[in-house]
Amino acid sequence: MRVVFNEDYCKGCNLCVAFCPQAIIHLANRLNQKGYRPAEVIEQEKCTSCAACARMCPDTVITVYRPERKKEKVS
Amino acid sequence: MGKVLMKGNEVIGESAIKAGCHYFFGYPITPQSELVAYMAKRLPEVGGLFLQAESEVSAINMVYGAASAGVRVMTSSSSPGFSLKQEGISFLAAANLPAVIVNIARGGPGLGNIQPAQSDYFQVTKGGGHGDYYTPVLAPSTLQEIVDLTQEAFRIADQYRTPVILLGDGVLGQMMEPVEFKETSEEMHLFEKDWATTGTVGDGPPKTITSLDLNDVSLEERNRKLQEKYETIKDQEVRVESYKMDDAIYGIVAYGTVARIVKSAVDRAREAGMKVGLIRPISLWPFPSSYIRKLSEQLQLNKLLTVEMSAGQMVEDVRLSVEGIVPVHFYGRNGGVIPTVDEIYQEILKLKYGVMV
Amino acid sequence: MKAVFERTSGLIDRETHYCPGCTHGIIHRLVGEVLEELDALEQTVGVASVGCSVLSYHYFNCDMTQAAHGRAPAVATGLKRVLPKERLIFTYQGDGDLASIGMGEIVHAAARGENITVIFVNNAIYGMTGGQMAPTSLLGQKTATTPEGRAAQTQGLPIRVSEMLATLDGASYIERVSTHDVPHVIKAKKAIKKAFQNQKDEKGFSMVEILSTCPTNWGLNPEESMQWVKDEMVPYYPLGVYKDHSYKGDGV
Repeated sequence: MRVVFNEDYCKGCNLCVAFCPQAIIHLANRLNQKGYRPAEVIEQEKCTSCAACARMCPDTVITVYRPERKKEKVS
Repeated sequence: MGKVLMKGNEVIGESAIKAGCHYFFGYPITPQSELVAYMAKRLPEVGGLFLQAESEVSAINMVYGAASAGVRVMTSSSSPGFSLKQEGISFLAAANLPAVIVNIARGGPGLGNIQPAQSDYFQVTKGGGHGDYYTPVLAPSTLQEIVDLTQEAFRIADQYRTPVILLGDGVLGQMMEPVEFKETSEEMHLFEKDWATTGTVGDGPPKTITSLDLNDVSLEERNRKLQEKYETIKDQEVRVESYKMDDAIYGIVAYGTVARIVKSAVDRAREAGMKVGLIRPISLWPFPSSYIRKLSEQLQLNKLLTVEMSAGQMVEDVRLSVEGIVPVHFYGRNGGVIPTVDEIYQEILKLKYGVMV
Repeated sequence: MKAVFERTSGLIDRETHYCPGCTHGIIHRLVGEVLEELDALEQTVGVASVGCSVLSYHYFNCDMTQAAHGRAPAVATGLKRVLPKERLIFTYQGDGDLASIGMGEIVHAAARGENITVIFVNNAIYGMTGGQMAPTSLLGQKTATTPEGRAAQTQGLPIRVSEMLATLDGASYIERVSTHDVPHVIKAKKAIKKAFQNQKDEKGFSMVEILSTCPTNWGLNPEESMQWVKDEMVPYYPLGVYKDHSYKGDGV
């Protein structure tokens, strides 16, 4: 998982959806405990880990990961 | 330390410094500006800080900041400037922040004038700002008493975590009398201030100082604790003096500068054979209500006369204290007029003879 | 997997009360990240003002005190002058708090060259109280108190605070930034970091004015609000550095 959403904090404000360059974020069809539709990414493989979403998120909902490159593992 | 001849305003400053108060935020306003100037000169000499703010509103909020950091801090003003500080004082009271605020009262209302008055009694004793709160109020009548009460003000502020008001007037601020100072700053360390926002610096979770509480029930609980504090202060911090009341049948109630004048009038009346004395509240809040009532009952006082440099404010608290068991008369001058011994003596005679003799 | 973007320890881990899409949330995060990166959280005391951000003391992971409306710069002055030099003091204020009731305080804090950091959030409206006009509301902007749109003849003209304070010799660093897209958020963080670093280096008064949104009271959704900042606010409030010299030490 490259981009993880802390759904409880999400207010469905849609900013991440608007600013994701890959347009792979959308609001889920379920509701979180606050009654908002939380943001989610289905096609995780299309995520480039650019963290635009996390930067535009007002509620620190998003954590972004990047796969370890082989080289790093060796050293 | 020996006696020093000094101006009242400056006595307040030196007393505060001797109490370990090294921070003062002030603003010029007659008749207390000498205190501001004194602190500007003296505080740097003791490694302290003086800062002139852009307004009394700003000054009281600088005090709020310094008090949040747990240091002993003071500000001062006079009547109109004191009115500007009322919101800040309400915030200090609500946030349980210790501070000493001096009011050298002057003729009012409005811009009024710069002569002495006692017409701020309501505003300082009834919690002049918004919400249910009180502030302890100490009212000296001599410069030596300024020394003692200023230092007591800091002790009360720290002990109960509350703003405390020192109420003087233009006479006390401007007159000179010999005084003797004593060092009481070591007392400061008796009061643990772990609540202060000084940066966590490795000691546990962040601390917060706020008076906001959007939950009504929890705000009521906070206020209940605040009122509990005031009950404790009422029990422990009442100060009052009696003068020639032992066999009196008439009692004069007066504080501060007026009390000094009344003493002379009482002496003259005593020489003329009248059984009259003075009751002098020193703490205006907590007001010495039970003291006045008990004394009135014990002595079977015939009448009480309250004398103030106002249109009659403390008289209400005197009436509340005795609850009708003794008639309470009032005599006052205001607008900066200082009542003379003669005037008060005439009023005392009227108590006995009912008419101007 | 390696984390490239994580929650900052500069913020306490809890939900905020801010409306969906309100960029207060972004600005809070930037301040938290900066304090974390400067390893200054333990040294910092924040002053919360009155407005939507009044509850910021629930969010910043450092000591906080809460000031009366408009008085945060005075409270900050009191704190700064009495605490040890290493302590960082910042205020977090909205436009109603700073530029209306508190204009006296901010001008004099700047004129004194008070060595504090001011985070000034300009969203051209009073949010907490339901969308009234602020000193920074734009001409023609409809608010609860300018229902026909702000008109110069009656409500005067919006105040450009950064330019105004930059005329004060006491001010050391003043920059206006925005949060309406990723590059601007990154730039905003740089400015906030500089404003705190200045304080660490005792360079005097630093303020960052941050254009921010208020979807609820602007009557726009969060995305449209970002656009409104770009299309309407930035032209009237040009971004950039309005003062940048170290007043203390390097001379005026």
